[in-house]
Amino acid sequence: MFGKIIGWIDDRIPMTRVWNMHIAQYPAPKNFNFWYFFGSLAMLVLVNQIVTGIWLTMNFVPSAEGAFASVEYIMRDVEYGWLLRYLHSTGASAFFIVVYLHMFRGMIYGSYQKPRELLWLFGMFIFLALMAEAFMGYLLPWGQMSFWGAQVIISLFGAIPVIGDDLTLWIRGDYVISGATLNRFFALHVIALPLVIVILVFLHIVALHEVGSNNPDGVEIKRKKGTVAEEDKPKFKFHEYYTNKKDIVDAIPFHPYYTVKDIVGVVGFLILFCWVVFFMPAMNGFFLEAPNFEAANPLKTPEHIFPVWYFTPFYAILRAIPNKLMGVVAMGASIVVLALLPWIDRGSVRSIRYRCGLHKLNIAQFVVTFVILGWVGATPQTDFKTLLSQITTVTYFMFFVLLFVYSKNEKTKPLPTRLTK
Amino acid sequence: MSNAPVDNGRRRFLTIATSVVGGVGAAGAAVPFIASWNPSERAKSAGAPVEVDISKLEPGQLIRVEWRGKPVWVINRTPRMLEQMKEHEGQLRDPASEEPQQPESSTNEYRSQRPEIFVAVGICTHLGCSPSFLQGGFGEKVEGTDDGFFCPCHGSKFDMAGRVFQSVPAPLNLEIPPYTFLDDTTILVGEEKGVA
Repeated sequence: MFGKIIGWIDDRIPMTRVWNMHIAQYPAPKNFNFWYFFGSLAMLVLVNQIVTGIWLTMNFVPSAEGAFASVEYIMRDVEYGWLLRYLHSTGASAFFIVVYLHMFRGMIYGSYQKPRELLWLFGMFIFLALMAEAFMGYLLPWGQMSFWGAQVIISLFGAIPVIGDDLTLWIRGDYVISGATLNRFFALHVIALPLVIVILVFLHIVALHEVGSNNPDGVEIKRKKGTVAEEDKPKFKFHEYYTNKKDIVDAIPFHPYYTVKDIVGVVGFLILFCWVVFFMPAMNGFFLEAPNFEAANPLKTPEHIFPVWYFTPFYAILRAIPNKLMGVVAMGASIVVLALLPWIDRGSVRSIRYRCGLHKLNIAQFVVTFVILGWVGATPQTDFKTLLSQITTVTYFMFFVLLFVYSKNEKTKPLPTRLTK
Repeated sequence: MSNAPVDNGRRRFLTIATSVVGGVGAAGAAVPFIASWNPSERAKSAGAPVEVDISKLEPGQLIRVEWRGKPVWVINRTPRMLEQMKEHEGQLRDPASEEPQQPESSTNEYRSQRPEIFVAVGICTHLGCSPSFLQGGFGEKVEGTDDGFFCPCHGSKFDMAGRVFQSVPAPLNLEIPPYTFLDDTTILVGEEKGVA
């Protein structure tokens, strides 16, 4: 009976084929470590944001007069409103944490290298859409930081020569940030950008499954047809879509092996996530900033204004340069240069495990640079910190310059022929 | 359907012609969507001038009024403030107000119609924050000058005429709005009538 129903459906839509091709018989390298949790965790957080977001819109009032009060209403009077909001606000920060770790995984294991350039680009577009989504979402509570943060970010477009002022006016829909801005950001935040993000995530996964996952060794598991002896092939059934084109070594099917492994990651993640949601939802001002508990006041800028922590590294680059246009250009360049990583890295060895010592040092300095920029961007400006942000802006871009130079004729370690461990 | 052979030239022409017409149509259809983001008629008409009563404005005091949703400052500058403004002119980007950031009537050394009364839009020309008035506390930012404006967002500094200091992110002096003295104690911000 059950088989008959499945058969009926399969004759009309390729349900079983898609399940097998992309889940049950999808060949994944057998040596994934914890770095490979973050892709599936990002999907989990996306689902959390969409579900809690839909529920929040049921009580949120998107107007300059009603927004701040409706958020307070959600927090105090709506049943479990506080939980929905904290899940959403903590989810925003969690999204960036897992996405940054996911991107860092791609950097250390060279997952952006040929043939995965487009996969990396889709990822960068998701990152951009996510930043826009987070920025617009942050205006909605209509607190002081919402208002002035949006004022600063929208003014960035004013640095563009000739059209800058008209462009900012067009984005705001008013001479200052107003209810008009709030309303359109609401529309973009709840409909336009989530759609874009979901479509991009779909394309990201389609592209991933076409080229296959990289792995911590950076050694390809798909070999030329006919080069792998029968006894070296794994004893699993993989979908013929993959085995017809290539011989596959050291792979295991995504389900049940990695579905189960990812559940372990989910449990670990949820323990930390719930701890923040229940015990420190503001995260000492990092996830929810103190001035945002005060309603927006267009006549008074808070004494110190900072974006939320996930924007601070890029914000610090903006502040480091004492010239409006060049500051904006440098900030934009710091993101564009990440997207160009597949072409900046001219090496053929992917994983940090087999690359030269200089590469390891360079990645280490990049991590330190990113953390310092994040800290400088999140704290009040002093002469020392201005200098520090200028130094780290240079080292940020030096990562890419150095990589471009040494990756051409890099002294690498010999690659294993098969995956280790 | 006839079985006549395909006329490739005609097919190419039709493909290009329909694509162009379709493209123009799509561009035309985009106009209302893009234009609807511009300020609405209501937002435009909200920019009416506002009257400010300065009869109770003490020397050294600053009051804020709202004009077009922006903070506008009116300050009664003390003689000492006016004197000190001349001393740091070498450290300013645009001491003579050459950039068109003020109406003709305020293009002078004090950037105002009357030396002591200073009217300016209190929005930093960098990224739109509202600078803080550091009365008597500006000396730690710029030596030898007691008063000035400091933007908390990115550290831009302005003197008591809203003139920007060098090596800060803000590129221009603070904007001076058009204004009129209706009588000795009333200013109309947002409109300039006749000769001040």
